[in-house]
Amino acid sequence: MTVVTADAYEAAFDAAVAADERIEPRDWMPEAYRASLVRQMAQHAHSEIIGMQPEANWITRAPSLRRKAILMAKVQDEAGHGLYLYSAAETLGTGRDELLDKLHTGRQKYSSIFNYPTLTWADVGAIGWLVDGAAITNQVPLCRCSYGPYARAMVRICKEESFHQRQGYELLLTLSRGTPEQHAMAQDAVDRWWWPSLMMFGPPDDASAHSAQSMAWKIKRHSNDELRQRFVDICVPQAQSLGLTLPDPDLRWNEERGHHDFGAIDWAEFQDVLKGNGPCNEQRINQRRRAHEEGAWVRDAAAAYADKHQAALHTESVEATA
Amino acid sequence: MTATPTTHATAPTTSATAADPAVNATAALALGDDALVLSHRLGEWAGHAPVLEEEVALANIALDLLGQARVLLSLVGDEDELAFLREERSFRNLQLVEQPNGDFACTIARQFYFSVHQHLLYRQLAAGDGPFAGLAGKAVKEVAYHQDHAEHWIVRLGDGTAESHERMQRACDALWRFTGEMFQPVDGLEVDPMALEALWLERVTEVLERATLTVPSGARTGAWAAGAGRQGLHTESFGRMLAEMQHLHRSHPGASW
Amino acid sequence: MSSSTEWPLWEVFVRSRRGLSHTHAGSLHAPDAEMALRNARDLYTRRGEGVSIWVVPSTAITASSPDEKDPFFEPAADKPYRHPTFYEIPEGVKHL
Repeated sequence: MTVVTADAYEAAFDAAVAADERIEPRDWMPEAYRASLVRQMAQHAHSEIIGMQPEANWITRAPSLRRKAILMAKVQDEAGHGLYLYSAAETLGTGRDELLDKLHTGRQKYSSIFNYPTLTWADVGAIGWLVDGAAITNQVPLCRCSYGPYARAMVRICKEESFHQRQGYELLLTLSRGTPEQHAMAQDAVDRWWWPSLMMFGPPDDASAHSAQSMAWKIKRHSNDELRQRFVDICVPQAQSLGLTLPDPDLRWNEERGHHDFGAIDWAEFQDVLKGNGPCNEQRINQRRRAHEEGAWVRDAAAAYADKHQAALHTESVEATA
Repeated sequence: MTATPTTHATAPTTSATAADPAVNATAALALGDDALVLSHRLGEWAGHAPVLEEEVALANIALDLLGQARVLLSLVGDEDELAFLREERSFRNLQLVEQPNGDFACTIARQFYFSVHQHLLYRQLAAGDGPFAGLAGKAVKEVAYHQDHAEHWIVRLGDGTAESHERMQRACDALWRFTGEMFQPVDGLEVDPMALEALWLERVTEVLERATLTVPSGARTGAWAAGAGRQGLHTESFGRMLAEMQHLHRSHPGASW
Repeated sequence: MSSSTEWPLWEVFVRSRRGLSHTHAGSLHAPDAEMALRNARDLYTRRGEGVSIWVVPSTAITASSPDEKDPFFEPAADKPYRHPTFYEIPEGVKHL
């Protein structure tokens, strides 16, 4: 076998990234790249599973059976997406239990947006339209992320997620065109979710701790501000079609820039929620921790059963249908 | 909350939009309400399951059942009117399916008892030429999977740790008294309940024994459980479940969603 | 109390249609093979993506190392005579 020096490894890695090739799990990679990826994939996975809660809050109250089915399928997808992302993180040797433990003990974060409450049914629509919309704007470029397993998970997720945003938009449209009470409910939800959605793109570029390095490694493809602007430009005409307004008096088209100008984001609120002072931070983590702890005996039982019946551990293949 | 029901307070079968006069509404409501109520209960697990993989599995079962419920209710009338505007006494589901989720063992025991029954019933309906044959033919595949899922968990929890064994046994015992109702005859269902019951007992016994569990010995029915759900008499927690399920819909009479 | 041991990781392969081979879809955790198959069915085929599933314990996979990439794969690159386009056939000759 050829002896390869550390420098040569690094050069090969840099060349692969520069050539837009994918880095795969067993390739050599700088420690900081690995750490950055694990942090980002874990945070992304945590966001999916914490993100189930605000929407699951309305499954039992969905006002029609059609909406109930849609919402259940959507919340289920989020569990699935969490699974894909934990699996991607595991390719770098960090087990899901370890990541969950970090979530439960506050050592890893999830998207702050889920620390806001879902107060009415219209919030389910606003989450679909704005929160999923912002997430998709963020996620589509991740399908070309330099790390192969992350990029592949994102391809699957983006494909599945296309229905999430549309159902939210359709839900809001139905409310907006419904009774005056329903219209007011929709407007109120958009008023509450608009600014937190803009915060989902993260701090402004000049204040973003990880941005520059992530861009250089092609984990990230566009800056926070760039994506935020793209999102605003997409939402303005969509809001018009909904017959709803966006709660920003400074929002207007800037001919010169070819973009919409928008008002100042309250970054103090963002930092405050990030620090744990949002309306639902404790509630979300407590529910997650409780589900995990109350499920421990189930996981233990299945593991104990498997130990007793080792034969079942052999690789198995079954043709599912003819 | 002040909303009052506007339709179906007492007569769920008289909807103006009844789709198929050949369908026996009593039977369709019995089957549809079973599926609707159990689906709702399973939906309550979202975000609370013991492991992420199980979130996905429980939601799949809930979605299958909800799909069945929508088809069955639509045979009788408007699915949303029936789901959201009927009073508790007009629901025809088994008391078994309305039982609260409890711990994971209770949810699995409930699913196991019900799915074994539903599978046997739907298999027979699918084989016949009655009005439910088409629906049952599709649903029986879904239900076979629900049964398989429940049985795999019964065996793992029964034959897992001392704690899981105890919890699983307790759950099977607690729900046992609701299982007799499944074999009360239902008007419009052309099946032999006695024959179903014998097959059900055989399967349940086999699986419980494989799981090192004891087949419960108590009564499978009682003054409050003998076919009462089918007649509109339910247990306490059901009213609370319906209050939650129906509240939003009823708060906006006539609205579209 | 928390689980002492994490459920093992399984790799999932899905045949999307009859006539195609199984391809890697992703991975998941399960206590044993039977549950792994079921979890795989629920997770990776819920939009009708498959007609058959394989699950394999991740630890059972032996993979070539990136360090061996050159000795493993480069020698194959300079044997163009294994490919049909290597050969020149006069124009007009058919069924070759």
